[in-house]
Amino acid sequence: MVSKIVFNVIQVLVVMAFAPLVKGVLSRLKENVQSKRGPSVFQPYRDIWKLFHKDEVISEQSSWIFRFTPYIVFVTPIFVALLIPVLTGYPLFFAFMGDMLGGGFILALGGFFATLAAIDTGNPYGAMGASRTRMVGFLAEPVFMIVFFTVSFIAGSTIPYIVHKHWVTPLANFFEPAHVLLMIAFLMLILAEAGRIPVDNPSGHFELAMVDESKGLEYSGRGAALMKWGGSMKFFILCCIFLNVVVTPWGLAAGEGLGEVLLSIPLVLLKILALVVVLVIIESSLAKLRLFRITEFLGAAFATAVAAMITRLLMI
Amino acid sequence: MPDPHTIPSTVSMLNAMTGGLFLLTAFSLVAIRQVQTCLRVYIFQSVLLALSALLLGCQYASVHLLVVAAITLAIKSLLIPWLLRRTVSHEIYARREILQVLNIPASLLIAVAIAIFAYFVATPLLSAAGGTFERINLPIGMAGLFLGAYTITVRREAVPQLIGILAMENGAFFAGISIAPGLPLIAELAAAFDVLIIALVMGLLTRKIHERVGTTAVGDMTALREE
Repeated sequence: MVSKIVFNVIQVLVVMAFAPLVKGVLSRLKENVQSKRGPSVFQPYRDIWKLFHKDEVISEQSSWIFRFTPYIVFVTPIFVALLIPVLTGYPLFFAFMGDMLGGGFILALGGFFATLAAIDTGNPYGAMGASRTRMVGFLAEPVFMIVFFTVSFIAGSTIPYIVHKHWVTPLANFFEPAHVLLMIAFLMLILAEAGRIPVDNPSGHFELAMVDESKGLEYSGRGAALMKWGGSMKFFILCCIFLNVVVTPWGLAAGEGLGEVLLSIPLVLLKILALVVVLVIIESSLAKLRLFRITEFLGAAFATAVAAMITRLLMI
Repeated sequence: MPDPHTIPSTVSMLNAMTGGLFLLTAFSLVAIRQVQTCLRVYIFQSVLLALSALLLGCQYASVHLLVVAAITLAIKSLLIPWLLRRTVSHEIYARREILQVLNIPASLLIAVAIAIFAYFVATPLLSAAGGTFERINLPIGMAGLFLGAYTITVRREAVPQLIGILAMENGAFFAGISIAPGLPLIAELAAAFDVLIIALVMGLLTRKIHERVGTTAVGDMTALREE
């Protein structure tokens, strides 16, 4: 029991520690692909460190929501990290506190507060970005629902620890058509939800074209650091859900020993590196979609998820 | 009726995967805007069809299905795209945006509804004859058929409509190879008719293009078009 609590805490620490690294590797690789040198992979850590040591400026016109939001954005991914398999293949202490829908709602809470805070300051770009993020958000929501329902329908459970076991017991389940289609749909969802390239350009600095980034424009100092860190943790969590729950449970610790759990950290990071390479390929080969084409992108994700459901119904 | 709780064999699993991807390509033919990508998706769909025929041929140890697979691969994924690229290269390479009657999210939703409709249409048929392969191939093939028909209705350009017809045919074939593996004559005849239909369609298409070019010059057509 104690060891399970310890492992749960280790999971959270891993998410906190390595989330900025994933962002750093992603942007570095992307620059390398474009034959530039790119920033160091540790640049996000330096940014966060620097921002923590800066003064914070908060508008007098803003309300408590603006001050409160960075903490919520920072804390919500940590809560989700307690629920999902990050390192271990067996359920940990908090595993049954919430299922995948619960995790989705917690992540949505962070997004909700970030939206409110963006509107709160009265900065026109903030409100614009917020409304766009909401647009992407509510287009992504039905896809999320269908994906989760199909996943739980196939695996017979909504608890991520039980779901991820299903794909490899027996191994033939991995090649189930519904599984493959779900992977595609979920990858498209991650791109939309994390603000990656066909939907949003994370490295763009042109306010009028920003979707996700403009929500944090008003933050400075500690608030900005927490928003940045929270954002990268959310990305890390989404990668973990995709890799450990939807794609495969390989590389996770099976035993109860501390050594095994620690050994799984580099394996999980390796898996995330593979996903990052895929994302870099996607981002370098596609252009950002026009705003009203995002509906088509997410519509395609929806159709894929429905196709997964139909093939599943046919298999029974 | 076989026992629904038996673990599917590897071949049927692979076939199901092909079916799932086949359905996906049928959806993407409805949604994709670029003619060239449409053609590529069509090629991919034909390869999937050939793959399914190959798997079924292995399963039933039927040489005729293997022949069908080979014919499909040769004609649909190599010859037709080659012909299309030769005859209507301007349409394929220059048209980036296809005009649609409905916007794409709406037509995707309708396509989803059509796929579910195909599932319900196919279910009573399956209760008559339903092995593991028919259960996948028949509904998905019917969905491919309906979605192809829908593509023809929604698109406003000649080449995507043609691809819609060919996709319909692919769908019918996808269902056919599972229902009639024991009727090799029909299967082979279908493959032979395939070529005939293709020739017919090609004739229609070139005539249509000729008709258009005959009345208005291609350069003027873009200028006169109302956007």
